[in-house]
Amino acid sequence: MTDNALWPFEVEQHITAMSKYYAGKIGSRFYITLRDEGKIMAVKCPRCGKVYMPPRETCGPCFYNMKVDDMVEVGPEGVVETFTQVHYNEPVIPREAPFVYAVIKLDGADTGITHYLGDVDYENISIGMKVTPVLENERQGNILDIKHFKPV
Amino acid sequence: MTDRVAIVAAAKTGFSPSRSDANYSELAYEVIEKVLTETGLTIGDDIDNSISCSHDIWDGQTISNIGITDVIGGHLRNEEKMAMDGSTAVYYGTIAILSGEYNLTLLLAHTKMSQTNRNIVNNDAFEPIFSRKLGLDYTSAGALQATRYMHVHGIQRDQVAKVAVKNLGNASRNETAHNFGFYSVEDIIESPVLATPITQKEMAPDTDGAVAMILASEKAAKKITKNPVWVNGIGSSYDAHYLGDRDLAMSRALEQAAGRAYAMAGIKNPVKDVDVFEVGEEFAHQELMWYEGLGLCEAGKGGELIDSGRTLFEGDIPVNPSGGLLGGVPANVAGLHSVAEAFLQLRGEAGRRQVKDAGVAVVQGQSGHCGQHHCVVVLGRD
Ligand SMILES: [Zn+2]
Repeated sequence: MTDNALWPFEVEQHITAMSKYYAGKIGSRFYITLRDEGKIMAVKCPRCGKVYMPPRETCGPCFYNMKVDDMVEVGPEGVVETFTQVHYNEPVIPREAPFVYAVIKLDGADTGITHYLGDVDYENISIGMKVTPVLENERQGNILDIKHFKPV
Repeated sequence: MTDRVAIVAAAKTGFSPSRSDANYSELAYEVIEKVLTETGLTIGDDIDNSISCSHDIWDGQTISNIGITDVIGGHLRNEEKMAMDGSTAVYYGTIAILSGEYNLTLLLAHTKMSQTNRNIVNNDAFEPIFSRKLGLDYTSAGALQATRYMHVHGIQRDQVAKVAVKNLGNASRNETAHNFGFYSVEDIIESPVLATPITQKEMAPDTDGAVAMILASEKAAKKITKNPVWVNGIGSSYDAHYLGDRDLAMSRALEQAAGRAYAMAGIKNPVKDVDVFEVGEEFAHQELMWYEGLGLCEAGKGGELIDSGRTLFEGDIPVNPSGGLLGGVPANVAGLHSVAEAFLQLRGEAGRRQVKDAGVAVVQGQSGHCGQHHCVVVLGRD
């Protein structure tokens, strides 16, 4: 039997791993505050004053280790910096196509957060549009506690 | 310590949407055998360093290079894996030879994109705390980049589509490309929308294949071939991970990577000093952005540059005569393929896509969503 007579045999595998990632001290405060108080927290570098959204531990340019006490409330309103309407479905996307992603700069933050836009016709979305978050009523402590952002 | 590093051989497999006839170690063998035969080198006695470029999830194995150590000569020897674009294998291979530690370095990049779902693989490249759960992937992120870039600079829809018209046309002259044809701007825009504004014909298709290359010190190179291609400049730079941290209308990381590579190679004006460019446009709009980052035009003028026709195969700044990534090159293999194409151009061996009298070539490779990392390589006949 030659190589060419062999039908290509593919070994099927499904790799599943239930994973839990530590959100860090600052990420933990972000999710606890979002879940319990419905507020969005960023972090402000005490050295250069830059307000980071999503919040994180290190201000790269300053190489400064920011603390939970450096967190500040931002938004809830913000401005659409860019957007796209997605036309395909995947098992890892918790939305049915077509749906809209956007990068939103929340009032008081210097960097944008990526999330969904909803309660709006695609034709009516524009860059610079003012939006506000719609929160889930039953919040689990993850990024989907924000259902989406909608026009103000 | 060696003064210079040269490419002495490069080979690529045929690329296709599914190479179900070969597993990735067979793809690797296919190209490694070619570069060894061409140079007369043996993997046991001559090659003293190996660098591979692959992707764990596409290979279905973490530290995926352990699946190819036998074919790349990695047993009981030094072998390093770059989990990034293939251009970075050239970057680190060059540095390793310049250090004086190695003489002959074998580079290999391989990916079988057919083995699993591209969007799920790329979703895993987003950090898990704030981004991954939203379902983002490179296509939706790329679309956010395209919308912002076009908005800030007033780039027109047809200017983006023209990149696909050009590259799919160029790919018809590349015997290893599988995605090619002569299309109109309307054909491109009217193909199925993936994520606005990106359509199917504006995205690099899923592809299987591999590329191998041999880098040599100056002394070794001159013994191996009369026609070496010199690595005259290299540069690399990272942008921020979060989309909202970056200025999505430009690529500061590419400007930095290109600036470093140009300075090393003594390139003062890339438009005049370089004869051919191969760039990594995963999506059509990115080629316009990379024009700007590589200094081929001013910021925001990528649309005007494609309109001018200067980046066509027949133009005076040909970009992607190979058809680029839109012509069908696997992820990760991309940048090594671009270097291989530039190598063929500078040796005068690029067949029907040969740019006349090509003496200096620039390659840009990228990895991460929206080109988070860029690597630029300047190659020369002299
Ligand atoms: Zn700071």
